[in-house]
Amino acid sequence: MNKLIVSPSPHTHSPESTQSIMRDVLIALTPAMLVSILASGWSVLALICVSVVACVLLEFLIQKYLLKVPVTVCDLSAAVTGCLLALNLPPNAPWWIAVIGAVVAIGIAKMSFGGLGQNIFNPALVGRVFLLVSFPVIMTSWDDAGSMFGVVDAFSGATPLGAVKEGLKNGMTLSQITADNLTFSQQFFFNAGGSAGELSAVALILGFIYLLCRRVIKATIPVTILCTVLVVSGIFWLANPEKFTNPVFNIFTGGLLLGSIFMATDYVTSPMTTKGQIIFGIGIGLITVFVRYFGSYPEGVSFAILIMNCAVPLLNKYCKPRRFGEVKK
Amino acid sequence: MKKTFRIGGVHPHDNKISAEAAIEIFPAVETAFVSMAQHLGAPATPVVAVGDKVKVGQVIAEPSGFISGYVHSPVSGTVKSVGPRADIAGNLVPHVEITVEGDEWLEDIDTSDTIVKEIPYTPEEILDKVKKAGVVGLGGASFPTHVKLAPPKDKKAECVILNGTECEPFLTSDDRIMRERPQEILIGGAIMMKALGVTRGYVGIEENKPAAIASMTEAAKAFPQFEIVTLKKRYPQGGEKQLIDAVIRRQVPSGALPIDTGAVVQNVGTALAVYEAVQKNKPLIDNVITVTGKCLPVQHNYKVRIGTPMSKILEVAGGVPEKAAKIISGGPMMGRAIANLDAATVKANGAILLLTDEETRRRPESNCIRCSKCASACPMGLEPWLLNKLSRAGGMYDELEKERVFDCIECGCCSFTCPAGIPLLDMIRISKAEVMKILRSRPKK
Repeated sequence: MNKLIVSPSPHTHSPESTQSIMRDVLIALTPAMLVSILASGWSVLALICVSVVACVLLEFLIQKYLLKVPVTVCDLSAAVTGCLLALNLPPNAPWWIAVIGAVVAIGIAKMSFGGLGQNIFNPALVGRVFLLVSFPVIMTSWDDAGSMFGVVDAFSGATPLGAVKEGLKNGMTLSQITADNLTFSQQFFFNAGGSAGELSAVALILGFIYLLCRRVIKATIPVTILCTVLVVSGIFWLANPEKFTNPVFNIFTGGLLLGSIFMATDYVTSPMTTKGQIIFGIGIGLITVFVRYFGSYPEGVSFAILIMNCAVPLLNKYCKPRRFGEVKK
Repeated sequence: MKKTFRIGGVHPHDNKISAEAAIEIFPAVETAFVSMAQHLGAPATPVVAVGDKVKVGQVIAEPSGFISGYVHSPVSGTVKSVGPRADIAGNLVPHVEITVEGDEWLEDIDTSDTIVKEIPYTPEEILDKVKKAGVVGLGGASFPTHVKLAPPKDKKAECVILNGTECEPFLTSDDRIMRERPQEILIGGAIMMKALGVTRGYVGIEENKPAAIASMTEAAKAFPQFEIVTLKKRYPQGGEKQLIDAVIRRQVPSGALPIDTGAVVQNVGTALAVYEAVQKNKPLIDNVITVTGKCLPVQHNYKVRIGTPMSKILEVAGGVPEKAAKIISGGPMMGRAIANLDAATVKANGAILLLTDEETRRRPESNCIRCSKCASACPMGLEPWLLNKLSRAGGMYDELEKERVFDCIECGCCSFTCPAGIPLLDMIRISKAEVMKILRSRPKK
């Protein structure tokens, strides 16, 4: 006679696991990675590899030798952090930058809080912001890395947002700065200035659609962020188009798409309920626009997400899902 | 658009592999072990003694409280013993053991196949017949049916909803009876409507049972008071509160009874039992049990007399395959793992499911990634991740009460969906039991 298992229900499980979710995120990031490799050459591939290996290795070492807990690098969460970190660096950044970023992301932002699920801030973003304030020159220079495939003309100089900020500081008006403004197709398919991951909106949107189809994320957070940015920057732009950039430009430049699709939706550091997610998204959108328009940095998505990360425990506490049988107020 | 409930839910693979197996009459056993705990509430009190001769349908135990029920002999023969015997979990429950001799039925039971449509009885007579026949809810909770058909004076029933959703994967017994005996089910439903004094009836069936929907729709042409409602496939649609929400768009408030929405939900199997009890004088002595599992070469739907040992059913169905690692009474989401295969069937047994190790093995637990999939899946709108955290912290019963742990219907959606493999429902059950104990001990205002 067989030995039978006796345990409480349910006796079956959905096929989804932490690992399968993280794998889906990696797949969703592939188009963006391919675009940046095509645009900037092998150096980006090397950067991604260094970053991923550093993150995974670091998590392994910390779990095995420092914390002496079961090693869970197979859940692929460290690999996701590594990819996101690399995509947040300039395509021509030196490899050691990625290593420092990995140490901050995994060592400080993730493992010191207790590992996956325990961190308050998005690890990749903490890594990026640490690098941004410590190595501002490397992190904001976009030298010609040389497009080895010749797919696109290599681009050098500041990011579109950086150019705007610089120009406004020097007392120019927008029509003077961006006389050769990006065309819509440039914005949508490829714009050559920016971090490795934010070159092509269409690649990021492909990843977004994949994540939605696989039900890995819900559209709530990205859509709220984008709508907020659109509306708020729209109001400013209508008030003074000479001083404030137009809303479409704001959506497609900087890390806004990368941030709202892949970083703001990070399970661990985003609210659990739809209500909370909407407030979270509005907060990110507002802070982004204000940093871009009035801050000293040209780009505000990273700061916005990190600031709103702080609010997540509070949002979880006060935004409850609608209970069954609850009377609508 | 097909209807469904509005909060939460999951989509497990439905695995209705036994759906095409017609109902077979299970062969007679040599000895029947009839449990006295056939219903929710107090076990019945045996009224037979060792050596008594009994016939099929004869009362062998009487109710011992308001929520209790009659138990009848499912076989004819001699009472061999009256005493404790282990149930499926291994708990000792009073049983009456009967040695089977022939198959002699009580004279007033109509064993013919003739369908009796006229309902000449008054509501009081119906209630009495249902009670005397020992009918209980066959959807799983085995709540005595006559209690549910007599709502408190201050509540008003408005409609009857027959539950043919069978949202649990693998189970097909309700599907089969809806295909094979649709008229009897609807007459049973009409009897219950008469008892409750209502004129509106619904039958909720999930879309994955097209044959049952077709046969019930055909039969319902003669019963204009019934509407057959096709529902989307979604678990746990067969939950009483979820079904009411799906069919009539009303949600039972927390702490209230389903009758507060005006709906009385009865399983289609119960409707059939009511039909037999009222029109045929046949007490509830048998039911349809699905014997299924991917590791079984042949699937069955058996009509089994209560008191038949599970081991006997498995033996007739072809034996337990080497690969079977867990045998479940009921479905994979809410069924109970059987610890004692010699336990006898009771009225509410709907299925015996065999799962292999890889189908049922629990995953190693890892950190919560706060994906909130459990909260999205919870049909009661609770936050299982939070309840899990509060349960593990220990002693946080006030917080658990505030988070409405007592609303949990233990459907298992949270544990099913958790990508980190956290046994959320296990933890919630533990704290729910504690909180319920505290609530009960609290003086009533």
